[in-house]
Amino acid sequence: MSDPTPAAPAPAVVRAIVAGHGSFAAGLVSAVEQITGRGGVLRAVSVAGLGADDIERTLRELMDETGARVIFTDLQAGSCSMAGRRILRVASDAVLVCGTNLPVLLDFVFADGVEAPQAARHAVERGRAAISVLGAGA
Amino acid sequence: MTLVLYRIDDRLIHGQVVVGWGQPLDIDFIVLVDDAVAGSDWEQELYRMGVPPHMDVYFLTVDQAAERMTDFRSNPHRGILLTGDIATMRRLAERDPGLGAVNVGGIHHKAGRVQRLRYVFLAPEEEVQLRELATRGLAVSAQDVPGARPVPLGELLASDDVFD
Repeated sequence: MSDPTPAAPAPAVVRAIVAGHGSFAAGLVSAVEQITGRGGVLRAVSVAGLGADDIERTLRELMDETGARVIFTDLQAGSCSMAGRRILRVASDAVLVCGTNLPVLLDFVFADGVEAPQAARHAVERGRAAISVLGAGA
Repeated sequence: MTLVLYRIDDRLIHGQVVVGWGQPLDIDFIVLVDDAVAGSDWEQELYRMGVPPHMDVYFLTVDQAAERMTDFRSNPHRGILLTGDIATMRRLAERDPGLGAVNVGGIHHKAGRVQRLRYVFLAPEEEVQLRELATRGLAVSAQDVPGARPVPLGELLASDDVFD
């Protein structure tokens, strides 16, 4: 007789790190989880109170721990983006996406059939196209 | 116009500087004073990528900056001067008597430092350097973003258990 208890789903493989100001990362990953149930593909990082060196070290350690080679950040001039650029200098297989929005991450988490860097590039196009202005004067 | 903010921030050019201060102060240029960055094309390229295209960035050593401070202060545009540590700002103050009020914007955790505010950690020698800036007649206060309350130096150095 077979066991009636359904097997627990395998834990998602982390394919990207999300980092930014305040609760940006946790908020976006929470939204991705709520919409798709695939928030586990992303790892949110809080860098509040960290200096530039510690931010870079935190991102590097997470990349080593998870194997993720994609970093999503919020602001081009932000400390996380600066740290990401320093990491790209030595990690030629990594990709940094600045200016991340929710549509970018939604596209990314569904692209599990392609390599993560390629998925990130595709997601950026979707994210750009998802921005619109409606209403007065539009 | 002139230099409208003299800021110590170990992240140098980042969101709080470019957007948080840069937009309300209507900044056109940044003077980044750091001997190491001034000697590295790669570091300069990194920081330049973080600023809008219309904003000029000058990467200078302390000596170079001291020579050009009069020019910067008489510049028709508005600028922020940045150093990554207190020692660099103090060295500049020694060379330039015209330095304005000093904003402690972000000095983060490192071995040997004690937390004074959420965004300010200081080693004993750094406290001495801040006091030296004050004895030169410079108003020194901590303030990470424009909307935050400026914390005067005396209060900053006394705040070892209350994080603002």
